[in-house]
Amino acid sequence: MTPDQVVANLSSGMRLGLGGWGSRRKPMALVQAILRSELTDLDLVSWGGPDVGLLCAAGKVRRVTFGFVSLDSIPLEPHFRNARETAAIQAREWGEGLFLQGLRAAAWNLPFLPSRAGLGSDVLAHDPELALVQDPYGGEALVAVPPLTLDAALVHADLCDVHGNGAVLGPDPFFDDLFCLAADRAWVSCERVVDDLRSEAPRGSIHLNPTMVSGVVEAPGGAWFTDHPPVRGRDEETQRRYAKAARDPGATADFLAWFSSAEAPR
Amino acid sequence: MSHAGWSQALACADVFKGEGRILASAFGEAPRLGARLAKATFAPELVLTDGGTTIVDAEGTPQGHLTFSRVFDLVWAGRRHAILGASQLDRHGNANLSCIGAWAQPKIQLLGARGLPGNTRCHGCSYWIPKHSKRVFVDAVDFVSGLGTNRGAHELRAVISDLGVFDFSGPDGTLRLRTLHPGATLDQVQERTPFPVSVADDLAQTRGPTDQERALLSRWTA
Repeated sequence: MTPDQVVANLSSGMRLGLGGWGSRRKPMALVQAILRSELTDLDLVSWGGPDVGLLCAAGKVRRVTFGFVSLDSIPLEPHFRNARETAAIQAREWGEGLFLQGLRAAAWNLPFLPSRAGLGSDVLAHDPELALVQDPYGGEALVAVPPLTLDAALVHADLCDVHGNGAVLGPDPFFDDLFCLAADRAWVSCERVVDDLRSEAPRGSIHLNPTMVSGVVEAPGGAWFTDHPPVRGRDEETQRRYAKAARDPGATADFLAWFSSAEAPR
Repeated sequence: MSHAGWSQALACADVFKGEGRILASAFGEAPRLGARLAKATFAPELVLTDGGTTIVDAEGTPQGHLTFSRVFDLVWAGRRHAILGASQLDRHGNANLSCIGAWAQPKIQLLGARGLPGNTRCHGCSYWIPKHSKRVFVDAVDFVSGLGTNRGAHELRAVISDLGVFDFSGPDGTLRLRTLHPGATLDQVQERTPFPVSVADDLAQTRGPTDQERALLSRWTA
């Protein structure tokens, strides 16, 4: 498959989960394909980084569920800031704890999972959908986190086979497997599609399997410009250009026009 | 880092006194130095990371590995103390990392609540405020990301600013000044804080380094 073929499976209004973390191993080749598409009104779920900022800047987002949005080396995501500060998008601010429990609840097909995280905070105050549940054994009140069920998930891995087995060779798999499990359908882009995954990847690095993967795309450099060890570090220069482009709408449009079909440096 | 900055690092180290095999998470320069000092001296069992996925010793030598998923496990399990930053902090220790202004359409969108709702509910937390000012210390935070003592915090142990060290044993669990850093004055604290700060009966000066700590700090900040 190609990134554009993956995106042809998506539709406007979908709840879309994006793997990675901050500005690290984001499925950027697939995000670029969304930027090239007619998709709009997306309901994003992400440990947010430039994936969220780019799609917000392109006017393709209705709502974001997030614990944070950051470019890591640039703490505040300037395009996400623009979207929030002009109220161009709806926000569902969950913090990291609720976000994780919501993904787990969706992955495990549960109506909710309990959480101490969130209690007492304004995360609850700003989301009227979140309810409390009482521990039937000890009586403690906990947040009943509803499932973050995704219509589709997109993640970027290192090596995959055509069956949908996938390996992450870097130091942290993040929660990409949960995103795939939480989604009705999930697509994985990867650096290379290989014939015999077990001969090229340590078995402990194989986090994705065919039960949670609908299709695989070979997209070398598919996380560019985000950090993707061991393939390459973050392309800080491109990220700085991206951040700087948030200063005015013309620069944003120029960056999006370039980046939407830019090829990852080899 | 100046010798004045050492007071902040030492105060951060003291936050970990008596802790054993827990994850010591430290965000910012003085907290990182403090966690390393604590591990090198009175709290050798602390687990430190390099800020990424690598578990390191006090000197930064890699020892082990910790993914985000494992860090979350330690948060829920309460096996962690974190020295955090905050954009706003009120007298009860409610902390804001989310936004400035009305949440529906903020004046400034910040990072988001991050892990603070869970951190402050599940394990001990302290805050490092490198520039004590009325911008950070406020009467009311614009968004409660981290819980204060009046909202069910697990344990808020200390606030370390560039003026002194505070705890929350003031009236009704409010901020109380425990020690002043060398050169800082009570007047400065009050001038740069919008609400009255109570003061410990035994208000003292923030301690200086032991010989061992001086040697470590000299080397690490050279």
